[in-house]
Parts: sequence; structure tokens; C-alpha cells
Amino acid sequence: MLDGPAVVTALKECGITHVVWIPDSEIGTWEPALVGEGSLSLIRVCREGEAITVAAGLLLGAKRPIVMIQCTGLFEAGDALRNVVHDLKLPLFLIIGLRSYYAHQEGKGRDTCPIYAEPILKAWQIRHSLFDRRNTSRDLVTAYLEAQAEKRAGAILLAE
Amino acid sequence: MAIEPRKALEILAQNRGQRILITTMASVGMWPELSNTPLDFAYMPSAMGHGPGLGLGLALAHPERGVIVINGDGSMLMNLGSLVTLANHSANVYLVIMDNGLYEVTGGQVTAGTGHTDFAGLALSAGIKRVYRFDEEENWRAGAAEALSGPGPVVIWLRIRGRLGQKTPTPPRPMAEQIERLRQALA
Repeated sequence: MLDGPAVVTALKECGITHVVWIPDSEIGTWEPALVGEGSLSLIRVCREGEAITVAAGLLLGAKRPIVMIQCTGLFEAGDALRNVVHDLKLPLFLIIGLRSYYAHQEGKGRDTCPIYAEPILKAWQIRHSLFDRRNTSRDLVTAYLEAQAEKRAGAILLAE
Repeated sequence: MAIEPRKALEILAQNRGQRILITTMASVGMWPELSNTPLDFAYMPSAMGHGPGLGLGLALAHPERGVIVINGDGSMLMNLGSLVTLANHSANVYLVIMDNGLYEVTGGQVTAGTGHTDFAGLALSAGIKRVYRFDEEENWRAGAAEALSGPGPVVIWLRIRGRLGQKTPTPPRPMAEQIERLRQALA
């Protein structure tokens, strides 16, 4: 289970310098912990593609950003994602809220987000992990550090 | 009389100091004739409209350096929210909007904003305090030093002449080489 304090602990262990985000209702609960951590800068942007390119600028400047958005924003941000990961070849890392995942698993929801989020990431060739309630901050650290060690982009889809 | 685009960039080159300078779209083709330093970053291939975001990230990473972003009006219209984001950060970003009312690299089609969109007004309304508008070469020459000095964010709206028959420009060097040069210069 990832909550704000656990996420902040993981980000500090990863050496993250900036969180670039447009929160959803789950990720948004992390805000007090993120704001309260002096070693992290929380960068608020207006659109998810913008979050990705702000993170790209930070990466060019030798900082260690992470992007936090909802999957709906991932759908919007395709061109920025393509450009930053495949043209600039930067090791972008994202945490993406997967709206309605649990409802979809239970056959209750009509939200199409769970149908398309993973195929979209596969289409953009972004290696990713699905995190559910069993995953911990240790898993987040592992996923991030593996991606950085391999100098590649990576993402976590956070089941909601 | 709108400013001739090459003249607009010459004046910018004379006043850019040691700042990082990001070119996008049409300016990618013209800038290498005026400057060729590791701090010149041709954002091509790009995600159109995202030059300001890239510049903001670099400015946050290197706050002492300052970043000039040259954006076209077409690119600006794709990401107007970036003005609000810039206003929300005390970062030394100098956003130069080269407004010719055209999508120049696709053959000169007019944009949705041609003739009626006030980029200075949009920037001010977004919350950016330092906003400049220059419609003529002499005014830009006289005001460039002030506009490009002091703290950011700054928005500079240049009304420039459109050019027809332009092709999509080619960046002066591969992206990987550009990134390496820039990183070495900033290290």
C-alpha cells in the first residue's frame, strides 16, 4: 500500500529532486507529504504533456524528476511521451494513476480507462509495472532504480 | 511594419548573454547562422508546443543560467496553459513568441489566432508580470536588452513577417550530440 509518507521515503531513497504532477484523487492524497519534504520540489503544471517536457528539461539539467499523472492524462500526452522517450531518449519515469481498475476487475465499472492504459504504454514501448494494494514503497524504489540503471524510461500503473 | 524574422533573431543573438537558448520549428533553421554554441539547443524533433516546458525544466535545474525559448505563435496556441505554468514558477525563462500568424513550416496556413489573439494579454492574464510587445525592428532593438535582463519569467511577443515556401528545417546536429554538448556545457 502506497501512501504519502511511504512514497516520499521511496523518492528520497531514489534521489528524486522534483515531482512534476497533475494529481488525481488517489495520487492527490500524497500532496501533504510531498509538500512537507524539503528535499523535493513539487512542480505543478497545467497539462500532462507539459509535465513530461518539464521533466525532460530537468533531466537535461542533470536533475532526477518523476512525473505523476492520471491515465487520462497519459492518453493526452502521447506526443510528448514519444518525443522525450524515443527522440530525446531520456530516462523518464512516471507514476500513472489507473482510474477504475478495481471496479473493472469486479465487472462493475463502465470506465474505459482500464481497457486502454496498458496497451497505450505497450504501444509507446514503455516498460511498466502494475501496482495494486499489495505493492510497497520498496517496490517503487526497485522499479525506479532498475529503469535508471538500464538508462531507460519506466512507469508504474497505480491501480485505483 | 512587422519585423523581418532574421533581423528579430539577430537582435536576440546580440542580447542573449550566456543563457541557454532553445529554438523550435522555423527558428531551428535560422539560428545556426547566428550562433553555434553548446548552449544552443535545437528542439527538433520536438513535441510541438512543448518548448516552454523544456525550457522551464532546464531553468529549474540551472536557475542561475536562464533559458530563452523561441516559440512560434502556432506552437504557443497548442499549449497556452504553459503561460500559467510559467507564471507559477520564479524561474528565469524568457519566452520569445515569434508571431507571423502562420504555420510556416507546413506551407503558410493561417492559425486559429491570426489577427485577433493578443499574446501579451494572455501572458499578463496568466499572471506573468514582465511582458513585452514589439511590432517594429527599431523598437525591438531598443528594448531587447531590458526585456532579456532581470528575473523571469518574461514573455516577449514579437510581431514578425510571415514567409511562404519554407520547408521543415533540419537541426544542425543529431539530438544525441546536442544533448551531450549541452550537458557538458552545464556541468
